[in-house]
Amino acid sequence: MAEPVIPDFGVGSDCVTQNHTFCTDWVRENWSSVLQPALVEHIELTVIAVGIGFAISLAAALLAHRLRYVERPFAVVSAVIYTIPSLALFQLLVPITGLTVTTVEVALVGYTLLILFRNILAGLRSAPPEVLEAARGMGLTTTQTLFRVELPLALPAIVAGLRVAVVSTIALATVAAFVVSEGLGGPILGALPLNFKTEIIAAGALAVGLAILADALLVVAQRLLTPWAYARRAV
Amino acid sequence: MRAPRQAVEIEFDHATKRYPGRPAPAVDDLSLSIPAGEICCLVGPSGGGKTTAMKLVNRLVDLTSGDIRIDGRSVMTLDETELRRGIGYVIQQVGLFPHMTIAENVATVPRLLGWSKAETAARVDELLDLVDLPARDYRARYASQISGGERQRVGLARALAADPPVMLMDEPFGALDPITRTRLQKELLRIQGEVRKTIIFVTHDIDEAILIGDRIAILREGGVLAQYATPEELLAHPADEFVARFVGADRGLKRLSLKRLGDLDLEPANGAVGPLLDADTTLRDALSVMLNAGARTVLVEGGDGTTRVLTLDRLTELLR
Repeated sequence: MAEPVIPDFGVGSDCVTQNHTFCTDWVRENWSSVLQPALVEHIELTVIAVGIGFAISLAAALLAHRLRYVERPFAVVSAVIYTIPSLALFQLLVPITGLTVTTVEVALVGYTLLILFRNILAGLRSAPPEVLEAARGMGLTTTQTLFRVELPLALPAIVAGLRVAVVSTIALATVAAFVVSEGLGGPILGALPLNFKTEIIAAGALAVGLAILADALLVVAQRLLTPWAYARRAV
Repeated sequence: MRAPRQAVEIEFDHATKRYPGRPAPAVDDLSLSIPAGEICCLVGPSGGGKTTAMKLVNRLVDLTSGDIRIDGRSVMTLDETELRRGIGYVIQQVGLFPHMTIAENVATVPRLLGWSKAETAARVDELLDLVDLPARDYRARYASQISGGERQRVGLARALAADPPVMLMDEPFGALDPITRTRLQKELLRIQGEVRKTIIFVTHDIDEAILIGDRIAILREGGVLAQYATPEELLAHPADEFVARFVGADRGLKRLSLKRLGDLDLEPANGAVGPLLDADTTLRDALSVMLNAGARTVLVEGGDGTTRVLTLDRLTELLR
């Protein structure tokens, strides 16, 4: 064990002081102080961003489903937002919302809109015409048709959109560290100037693992929500 | 169980549908009345407005002028959704809800009407049995897990679920293979024998109309009624050249297919010889047997154990 470089800063193992590729002892020691809080913040950033993005996209898609002319403006705006590089978007937002979580969330929400809006709308439009005619012919109102037929049938497309949005938001949320010290981007950004490999790899791996786990959870959720889509076909 | 509902009369009263921007009406001044508990087939070439005429009844298409009355009440005075929940609706592509099980599909209208769970479940089982799909095997399946013919049976069960007095059927068997189609046509007639609905049945197939219909309305291009009559009248006395051409040059044979040997009052055989046929053989098949065998007579078992005879002369007489 080497003497601490800075008093009370903790003790670095050989692995850490020599900056080996990956030091499990550092991860163990800094899990509760560095990695776990960053992971929780990262999940919060993602859930809030996708939640708000989903609410906005669902509302816009429902509107566009009824009023066709709503589709193009919303699609164009969300596509334009999608093309802005994230760092540039943060720069654009900082003068308005400052160096806050709001800035980060506005940007992250912005990036979910295109994929969620397109998928929800495509899902709503995927109900076969004969199914809609049967619904109308049996006396379902437009609202009943929406909730009992169109939305359930849109679920596979909606979940597909959510999967892409969640995974890309988890990846993108690391960039939030340029604005606020939140999420798994924090440890990565902090370790970059020192080129401290363990921290970069640990935080990066957590982000990747989180993305894979979230994606798997959504796949399971879809199986539970849409058993009909997985029913064995007639022979 | 709820008491079965009484069938009702449907009356088209100068019903007309014009679409904006189109010079000719889709349905033109259609007047006809369908007695309670009968099947009326709407037939005609494409562009004859038969589907449009049918959709005027449940207001999937709204009348431009004239009126349609169900049991004396104008459809235009009724709330659209209430009206539709009281009318069974069956379409060619069936339109089963893919995300619901067969049981949930059949339960659609009872649920909309707020039936209790127990009552709905009992009704679903009863209907699946009625359309010959054992509830135990089919209840929990999805539409993707059954065949085309089975889907249309479910479509029929779903339309019958809330025991509507009126049924609208738009080429329900048009997409099925001939064997399945024939089977379902017979099933429909058997079911109709039990449930006695007033049915409007749209088809482009005159043979199907002759088999299914108590009455047939032939519509020509522009939605004009060419003739409204029983199959027998239509085949014996087509109103004009159009109807005669539409029912076909073989209308004599088609008339023969309407009657069975058992329907006739036949002479005892008295030693006559010829092929022996069942009493439920159609006259058309009897004629075919005569032609095949080169015989001028066929024999049939009378119900009382005697043998009876049908001669070619008698057949010709029947067509007069």
